[in-house]
Amino acid sequence: MEIAKLAGGMANTMKRDDEVGKASEERQAQKRGPAARKPGWASGLQQLYDSVIEEPLPDSFKDLLARLDDQD
Amino acid sequence: MSHPERTVSEKADFKKELTEVIPHLRAFARGLCGRPDMADDLVQETMLKAWAAQDRFEPGTSMRAWTFVILRNAYLTDMRRNRFRGEYDEGVAERILTAPAGQEEPLHLSDMHRALLTLPAERREALLLVGAGGFSYEEAAEICGCAIGTIKSRVGRARAALTSMLEDGDIPRRSLDDELAHGAILKELDVVVAGNGVAAKS
Repeated sequence: MEIAKLAGGMANTMKRDDEVGKASEERQAQKRGPAARKPGWASGLQQLYDSVIEEPLPDSFKDLLARLDDQD
Repeated sequence: MSHPERTVSEKADFKKELTEVIPHLRAFARGLCGRPDMADDLVQETMLKAWAAQDRFEPGTSMRAWTFVILRNAYLTDMRRNRFRGEYDEGVAERILTAPAGQEEPLHLSDMHRALLTLPAERREALLLVGAGGFSYEEAAEICGCAIGTIKSRVGRARAALTSMLEDGDIPRRSLDDELAHGAILKELDVVVAGNGVAAKS
């Protein structure tokens, strides 16, 4: 199945989630050089994305999680 | 690749990790399909697929990356079936995302939203992964199943388009290279006609 193939490939090259943030910070630091001006909308995009992450989870997700164990 | 049946404790670990990535899945899905209700449907579909495929998850690897693959594949499949057309959310609460100190105009959420939805899906997802999700080009390429150079090119084009739209106030009406962009532009025209567009603000 396609997912399995992709996931198998990812297992070798993917970093753990806790490393992603660090790598991202390093990249941001590189970009902050005098030559590379970050467009104003870039932080807006980040805020838009982060604001969804910070939203409280609707009950429908808790219901779904509760139902998962019954599926086996 | 064969995996032994997961133990009860492994299933509990999987569920815990799956629970932790839900907010990230919601953010990615919202960026992809615009409307919060559709985005949450997509996340729930992703969670069910991930749960059913959990034997194929390699413990210790990134749950976020693994589930993002499932989510973007589900999104693209649904989009081909005409379920998502990058619909603009009329009910989105208006707020200012960034308010620059200088002479520049503040960036409004609705403008960001509309600009994102005019991008072709492949460029939008590449930008979301790299520009908001914090993935490297390499990781984004793995998620999208394409070459790193392809991701770099998509992100570059997406960035150029957003800069042009949001900084130069030039919302394109020519870029009809896919139906998604077309639909989003038609919707945006409705907004402009209603007097809420970018032009009405300046």
